[in-house]
Amino acid sequence: MTKKMLSLSELQGKARCLRCHIIGMTATAGSGHPGGSLSAADVIAALYFRVMHHDPNNPLWEDRDRFILSKGHAAPALYAALAENGYFPLELLYGLRKCDSPLQGHPEMHQLPGIEASTGSLGQGLSIANGMALAGRLDKRDYRVYVLLGDGEMDEGQVWEAAMAAAHYKLDKVTAIVDRNRQQIDGWTRDVMSLEPLADKWRSFGWCVLETDGHDMGAILETLAAAQQVEGQPTMIIAHTTKGKGASLMENNLHFHGNAPDQDEMDRSLGEVRTEERCKVCDVHYPGPC
Amino acid sequence: MTYTTRAHAKPRNAEGTLESSEDSPLLTQLVSTRDAYGQTLLELGRENRDIVVLDADLSASTKTRLFSAEFPERHFEMGIAEANMIGTAAGLASCGKIPFASTFAVFATCRTFDQLRMSVAYPNLNVKVVATHGGISVGEDGASHHSIEDIALACALPNFSVLVVADATQTRAAVRAAAEHAAPVYLRLIRPSVPTVYEAGCNFVIGKAIKLREGSDATIIANGLMLSRALEAARLLSKQGISATVLDMHTVKPLDTEAVLEAASNTGAIVTAEEHLLHGGLGSAVAQTVSEHHPVPMRFVAIRDQYARSGEPEELLEMYGLTAQSILDAVQEVVHEK
Repeated sequence: MTKKMLSLSELQGKARCLRCHIIGMTATAGSGHPGGSLSAADVIAALYFRVMHHDPNNPLWEDRDRFILSKGHAAPALYAALAENGYFPLELLYGLRKCDSPLQGHPEMHQLPGIEASTGSLGQGLSIANGMALAGRLDKRDYRVYVLLGDGEMDEGQVWEAAMAAAHYKLDKVTAIVDRNRQQIDGWTRDVMSLEPLADKWRSFGWCVLETDGHDMGAILETLAAAQQVEGQPTMIIAHTTKGKGASLMENNLHFHGNAPDQDEMDRSLGEVRTEERCKVCDVHYPGPC
Repeated sequence: MTYTTRAHAKPRNAEGTLESSEDSPLLTQLVSTRDAYGQTLLELGRENRDIVVLDADLSASTKTRLFSAEFPERHFEMGIAEANMIGTAAGLASCGKIPFASTFAVFATCRTFDQLRMSVAYPNLNVKVVATHGGISVGEDGASHHSIEDIALACALPNFSVLVVADATQTRAAVRAAAEHAAPVYLRLIRPSVPTVYEAGCNFVIGKAIKLREGSDATIIANGLMLSRALEAARLLSKQGISATVLDMHTVKPLDTEAVLEAASNTGAIVTAEEHLLHGGLGSAVAQTVSEHHPVPMRFVAIRDQYARSGEPEELLEMYGLTAQSILDAVQEVVHEK
């Protein structure tokens, strides 16, 4: 619960660390969704290493902030954040998607400590977040509920049902973040199904809408702090991101929405991500040259 | 957990006195299962602060207004958005609440199947889906509002218990049993008031069938509003010298396989009766058990691969063969096959 407040550069280092894991985990698994995991890494790092009140030693602490990965395919990013927080041993990360591993392809809440909801079928996380916020209100608890959605996920009608309900019930403890990487499996979101004007849509649904560069750690922290000040309505943060961020061969490359890097792609990507001092985990798992 | 004051009551006649004769009219008092649900929900709300209720713009019909009038802060009107209602219920359940989410059966399953699967069944969350207006006895609203697939859908979901109640007394017991059962429950009620099968109390245990009548020639396994029809058929059959066991299989999943196999073994013939499609309902569940462990001749009284029409409930039940006569005919057939 009480932990050392990380500096901005330390948080940026954590995000890099998550990216290393994402690349390594999916490459080791031979499948998975690295693109949308990498685009979400900075937001998830900000939440898990700075913003959220949570306790890895007491995962079911009743007053903890909740995080729901509605875009469940970004599971590697969540798993890495949980492991780096000490919810479970780092070594487990590299069993991702294996039959004897608790790291399911998409998160399942009873498999691992720290996972708040089972997701993977898109569009459902915001409804669950609303339910958690309503429960918190009934129990007079102050916890916040964060939910990360994909932009493509917003094609799902249930998202908008939940959007209406969160505003109707004035769920100001709900902060939704959309990982606006502008791509979904079949292509650019603008070609698959137009989302814009996205901010106006959410505003018209009664939400406070904030926008941030989803890869600028300082900006992310400021935006999340601003969301905490909003009263009487839920907040949607549009985090403008790049799919595959950090690994140039994966950036804006649709192939890596749902395909893992091969050995060579992993090595090249890790070389880019690890720009500064190498963490111990990288030394253990990727002893090759940076 | 058992909710009962007596093992199971004998049927009463119109004067409320206990039946004593095989020949007298069997079941006469008509009571609403929905009203019983609303009343029980209110009682539960008074007993347990964690009980919360969600509706999808049908609270007048689902009878949850008794609850919402007394506990407005624990009642969540979600509008005509069933998928979001189920997801919200899942979130509430994950924080220790016991949500009862109610709407018509057709919407409670067909519109929400993926939410039931992904947000409730897979994480095994403590959500109660209490669906009113099951079956074709919805009547005049027609096929769009008839729920004839709901049991098949609910039974397809791991971790779900699937309950179909026969009368108001059983509804009260089943709602309480569902609240105590810390896992997903689908409970199906119906629109019309129904004859009282259980007079004073019902010994309701999820997964335990109730034997209402003991016979030796065949077993009728029924639930919901078909249960009173099964009893009526058994009464008529006895006049023809055919003695039939009647089992109330109020829990379709997990099925009381022991009771089914005992029936197969003791009577050698089984007829199922349900207000649902033939596929995937009570008959299918019973047939799976019987065919695997103790094959005996079977017949199925159910709706045959079609949608029904608008009409009065009784008219429709007649039109689609959900009658005591259909059960009687099926028993006669199956007995001859032994």
